[in-house]
Amino acid sequence: MVTAAAHEAISRPRPIDAASLAAWTLAAQVVDPEIPVLTIEDLGVLRSVRVTSDAVAVTLTPTYSGCPAMDAMRDDVLAVLASAGYENVSVRLVLSPAWTTDWMSEIGKNKLREYGIAAPTGHATVRGSGPAGPIRLKMAVKCPRCSSLNTRELAHFGSTSCKSLYECRDCLEPFDYFKVL
Amino acid sequence: MSDDTVNIDSAGADADDHGHVAVAVTTLDAELIEGTSNATPDIAEYALWLGDDALVLAQQLGAWISRAPELEEDVALGNVALDLIGHARSLLHYAGTATNRTEDDLAYWRTEPDFRSLHIVEQPNGDFAHTIARQFVVSHYVFELYSRLRASADETLAAIAAKAVKEVDYHRDHASQWVLRLAQGTDESRRRMITALSDLWPYVEEIFRDEPLIDRLEGIAVRPSSLRPAFDAAIAPVFAEAEVELPSGFVASGGGRIGKHSEHLAFLLAEMQVLTRAHPGASW
Repeated sequence: MVTAAAHEAISRPRPIDAASLAAWTLAAQVVDPEIPVLTIEDLGVLRSVRVTSDAVAVTLTPTYSGCPAMDAMRDDVLAVLASAGYENVSVRLVLSPAWTTDWMSEIGKNKLREYGIAAPTGHATVRGSGPAGPIRLKMAVKCPRCSSLNTRELAHFGSTSCKSLYECRDCLEPFDYFKVL
Repeated sequence: MSDDTVNIDSAGADADDHGHVAVAVTTLDAELIEGTSNATPDIAEYALWLGDDALVLAQQLGAWISRAPELEEDVALGNVALDLIGHARSLLHYAGTATNRTEDDLAYWRTEPDFRSLHIVEQPNGDFAHTIARQFVVSHYVFELYSRLRASADETLAAIAAKAVKEVDYHRDHASQWVLRLAQGTDESRRRMITALSDLWPYVEEIFRDEPLIDRLEGIAVRPSSLRPAFDAAIAPVFAEAEVELPSGFVASGGGRIGKHSEHLAFLLAEMQVLTRAHPGASW
């Protein structure tokens, strides 16, 4: 069981020393190339920034294992830090602990909604092994356009790895849902 | 990487309409796992087992893009393939640490006797029902595998599994829903789903076969035979709801884990590797 404080530490890994925090603030401006309203900090993809006397070490974690946006985010982090004068910048991709939508900030979720993408609802759980009920219990997804809860999933897999396709049965518009992982 | 980039435009130094082909002499990918040590030869071999399964299956699924029965399925199978590519990259990268080879080197410069993938993943796409049957079996097996590999004594394998299992959970759900939909759809869709499952079933046995390698990786690898009860329990409710009987009959010989493959794999690799082999070291 993860305590609330420990969870906060995992989900908000901002550095505390001033030098690292300054570099973090720059790196945190990099946005997701596919959802440009979200920064890598909002997403929870930026995991750590450490400034030492002669180098900067940044760690990112991929949202999905095969997400092609990761390479762009890595390049953008390198570019933004290089243009600010930092030298010897390295970016590492780490898999553990595995990224979860639980790390997305509330600010990020609000930006998503305003952008027209329904934010993840509820918390991530991986179902245990054993019988796979094909039907899973889900929280209703709210239409980002008219806020109706009368929506349905059209397709599990959407325009990017992290989204599924929904439609609103009240305003009849299709919309993307950032699915819980 | 750009420091090592050389120009191999054989037409000369002048850029033409097609521009230059930039070629990286060495391609060093970012470390995927923080603080990992190199894989031992046995662990690397095991990582190839799992990585090759993911890579071959991803290549198969990519062929459906623009050919699936509906647009949503183009997108779904493409996304599943992308997740699998991600798993393959992590696993092959780790396998390569034992022999100082990159993930690309392992993917593009081995021939079929060096591939360690199961026969089930090299079975042809067939019709949509055949692809769904293959997805159904493989995703349920891999889900059970990664669920347990999370507890591996090898930190890198555990991290890759913990990441991948969340994605595979969606894959098995997708496949299960299609098995039900096709089996309970029209007479024709039901006939095709049943045919596909029975065509595929000879290749299920190999998945759960233990090899000597597993004895040397106690606590690190997951013993394939130990997954069979959980796999059977996971698929039984879907077969019951679909009102389809579990296929039975002959068992294929297998041998994928020791590099014995059917002719299907050679054709698949030829298509996957042709570009890299025609332009060694080429990059975007």
